[in-house]
Amino acid sequence: MDQSSCYPVLTVLTFFPLLAALLLWPLKSDLRVRQVTLIASVLELLLALPLIGFKAQAGFQFMEKRPWAQDWGLSYALGVDGISILMIWLSILTLPFCVLCSWTYIGRRVKEFHVCLLIMTTACVGVFSALDLVLFYLFWEALLIPMYLMIAIWGGDQRRYASIKFFLYTLAGSTLLLVAIVALRVTGGTFFIPELMTKGFSFNFQYWIFLALFIAFAIKVPMFPFHTWLPAAHVQAPSAGSVILAAVLLKMGTYGFLRFSLPLCPLASVHFAPMMVAISLASILYGGAVALGQNDIKKLIAYSSVAHMGFVTLGIFLFSPEGVKGAIFQMLNHGIITGALFMMIGAVYERSHSREIVKNLGLGKYLPHFMFFWGLFGLASFGFPGTNGFVGEFLVILAAFKESTSLGLLTIPGALLAAAYILKVTLKMAWGQPASPAGQSWPDLKKKEWLYLSLPALLVIYLGLAPTGLLNLIGPSVEDSLTQFQAKKDSVNVIYLSSPAGKPQGLIYERDLPPNVSAPAPEPELSAPALGAEPMATQGQEVK
Amino acid sequence: MAGLNLNPGLLGPELVFLILVVILFGAALIKKPKLIGAILALCPLAALISAWWSWASLPGLVASPSLQFFGAYRVDGLSQFFKILICLGYLVAWFNSLKLPSLKADQKPDYYLFLTLSAFGLILLSSAAELVAVYLAMELSSYSLYVLIPKRSHSKAAAEAGLKYILFGAAATALALYGLSLVIASQQVTFISKLSGLDWSLASNPLAVVGLSLFLGGLFFKLALFPFHFWCPDVYQGAGNETAAFVATLPKLGAIVVLIRLAAPLSPGLELTDILAFLAAASITYGNLCALAQKDLKRMLGFSSVAHAGYILVGLVSGSPEGLAASAFYAMAYVLMNLLCFWVICRLSTDGRNLTYQDLNGLSARSPLLALALLAAAFSLVGLPPTVGFIGKLWLITSAWGHGYDWLVIVVCLNTAIAIFYYLSLVRHAYTEEDLPAQGAQSLSLDGSLISSLGALVLGLLVVLLGVLPGPIWSAVLQASQSLFQ
Repeated sequence: MDQSSCYPVLTVLTFFPLLAALLLWPLKSDLRVRQVTLIASVLELLLALPLIGFKAQAGFQFMEKRPWAQDWGLSYALGVDGISILMIWLSILTLPFCVLCSWTYIGRRVKEFHVCLLIMTTACVGVFSALDLVLFYLFWEALLIPMYLMIAIWGGDQRRYASIKFFLYTLAGSTLLLVAIVALRVTGGTFFIPELMTKGFSFNFQYWIFLALFIAFAIKVPMFPFHTWLPAAHVQAPSAGSVILAAVLLKMGTYGFLRFSLPLCPLASVHFAPMMVAISLASILYGGAVALGQNDIKKLIAYSSVAHMGFVTLGIFLFSPEGVKGAIFQMLNHGIITGALFMMIGAVYERSHSREIVKNLGLGKYLPHFMFFWGLFGLASFGFPGTNGFVGEFLVILAAFKESTSLGLLTIPGALLAAAYILKVTLKMAWGQPASPAGQSWPDLKKKEWLYLSLPALLVIYLGLAPTGLLNLIGPSVEDSLTQFQAKKDSVNVIYLSSPAGKPQGLIYERDLPPNVSAPAPEPELSAPALGAEPMATQGQEVK
Repeated sequence: MAGLNLNPGLLGPELVFLILVVILFGAALIKKPKLIGAILALCPLAALISAWWSWASLPGLVASPSLQFFGAYRVDGLSQFFKILICLGYLVAWFNSLKLPSLKADQKPDYYLFLTLSAFGLILLSSAAELVAVYLAMELSSYSLYVLIPKRSHSKAAAEAGLKYILFGAAATALALYGLSLVIASQQVTFISKLSGLDWSLASNPLAVVGLSLFLGGLFFKLALFPFHFWCPDVYQGAGNETAAFVATLPKLGAIVVLIRLAAPLSPGLELTDILAFLAAASITYGNLCALAQKDLKRMLGFSSVAHAGYILVGLVSGSPEGLAASAFYAMAYVLMNLLCFWVICRLSTDGRNLTYQDLNGLSARSPLLALALLAAAFSLVGLPPTVGFIGKLWLITSAWGHGYDWLVIVVCLNTAIAIFYYLSLVRHAYTEEDLPAQGAQSLSLDGSLISSLGALVLGLLVVLLGVLPGPIWSAVLQASQSLFQ
């Protein structure tokens, strides 16, 4: 792509934090370590400035491609499109906040902590910009190690249990991802993702690939039956760990669905869409209901993540531009809002040394500034109009209603539950009657806390009031990928038995497409009229 | 077959090691500590010269392999690759055993003599291209190990380990020899290159298949593949730490190079290939499950090497140059990460005793470098990127996929989820457990010398860098294994 930047932006963004981590090695004083990391994180943001030149068009930009291990077809390929650009900004933005919110929270083994933070940023940017399957997998797995250490070393009382559970769960999920990568390489002939996207695979092949990818991504998101590692990890992790976990790590799962499952397995995606929609709904409702019953603030927000990510997966598997755009927007929102909420929980924990709701009552009186921000992020979290949370959730719910009224109606209790648990905890924290007036001695927000809370707050309001800019930025990529998705889906004779509601009831397909055939020419007239059935009318077909 | 065809220029590593063995034999007879010290310093020099010699002859040999000794000895790209590995491994093993806390000073020349003799046998083995030559070279390296393993002062466990290794080894050797006789009887040929193109189906030529299976059994014993693995954990546990580091790494290389040569004629679908695939799956799963329950680090690594023997076999089932090259590459990865792991263990155990997980507690504070090295080794053994263990495994499974052994690939990947638990324990104890072990906390002061840090740094960098930039080595190995098919 013809971008006017004088250096390979994505490579620099990916490996600059790693370099900074090496620079930390000789430093002796903790303060100096924090300062250097903060400077590095700001520099990283400055280095990302050329990304502002990202054009609102389909296709990958800022592409870099070099041979890596040619004999095996590995390439070092990076690039961004509308699906990943926001995630890259999010990963980079998260770093300075993590440094700031750990300034006083992390008191021991400071250097190791910041090295972990920086390595994680490298891995996050790498995951979202990698265009080679093996490169993607490399960053995807490499992220586990610093995250594990972060929970295991600086975590709460049950850190050992939580960290091992986190590691085992996510690693077990990604074992089959590796099998899928190998199968795609052998069948598709390349590890290079844009090239793989142009190939058509047989339904049978897609079926198994989709399932292998599903397990890896669903655990990462996490979707309903696979979510149990999340509350444990969130509650035990230090603030910064929770922030990265919520803001970036979970997004990798939904990003994986968008980047791999939909383009590579369109037929299987359609086949499994009812299941995915059902699981998403279950995540929304289950996450919300369980969050309502929590006494631990951090656990409550952790479960609310399950619900919010349910909205994201729901939006993705409706295959409509509104749904997917809403999903991507919701990914960004959830990162900002939940990240900020976790930072606030860290801040209040430093004062009360407890995450129990009952130990943090009456803060409206003692910490009014704190409660202002909490209220703002809380409102955004349940999608109050005027905040960014509203935009994403609204788009997804709109897509759901377009798909079918009953599906739309099913999402409403989820939105209500979100309001209920957030208002419940906010109410108690603001006006609850504390057993002892310990809160009187707590200082209200310090300068650093103002800094790391006001910036997300600005984003919450700005994106809530003027989301069009970003939506336009991601729009072309989303629409292009959905058009291709639709074309591929129709080109290989897939026919749905028509039903009154126009919803997929059953599937007749040609199973035995030879695996190496690349995207066969469309032959709709052969299939649809001959069998007296009509192709399913999904929202995606309305894309121009 | 081409006549004697002796070309000393290509036999450099063999000659250097042969001379070294003779000199060390002399050193074992004299009683002058200073002279002995000077002689021992020749070992790393010899290893470096041999490695360089193999390296220098590699490019020419990849294109045109040289057959010597009436075709029984094949100097080609594959053999030179393994000779480099053996020489460098020997070098690390020598530095590793500089202190040898568990051995009396006057026994050291003997120790190095047999160490070198074993390495010499392995160097011969990597070029052996005829079954009888394979047998002789294999025994040369094994007999030295029979002496080496019990060499641990005042240790009954070491004596027991030595005895076990001899008895199991003798039985495996006898079986292999019997199998060899069956192969000769049925196929009338012992040159490995002539074996391909012959009939290897059980239905029409049962004697040959049974014979080759038995012969392979002898190699599997060296490789500690399930169900020939029983000696492995006991020997690792009983032998001294430094000896275990050697036994765990280099002899495996010898077995692998012969297996790679033998596997070239095997194609997917043959009974023998199915047996290989089954043994690989069984070995991986069994080794990982058993390793879960271990407390002694070396015993854990013993079972881990049973699992890794299985991984290496995965490359052999596809019958393609890529598969064989993947096995060779993974052999290198295996040796590197095990040497690194044992390096850290030997540096921690300054009094020569066996370590448990608890002995690793607080390592990150005591020695950040050794802890980081152990972390790299552990995650490489699991097969997590960006390490050489990951790239090696990726190539193994990519080569095996699509040849009818897809189930094996899935078994390999699922086993990662089992293996992570006990390798993660290494990291967990080194990084997150901060209280030192209760018993003998004082006596356990780690080796903080320059060589200790340097060795960990070099091996650790190799493990990571070869995982990130595997290209050049992979090309070399691939070309070497392609020449086996010509």
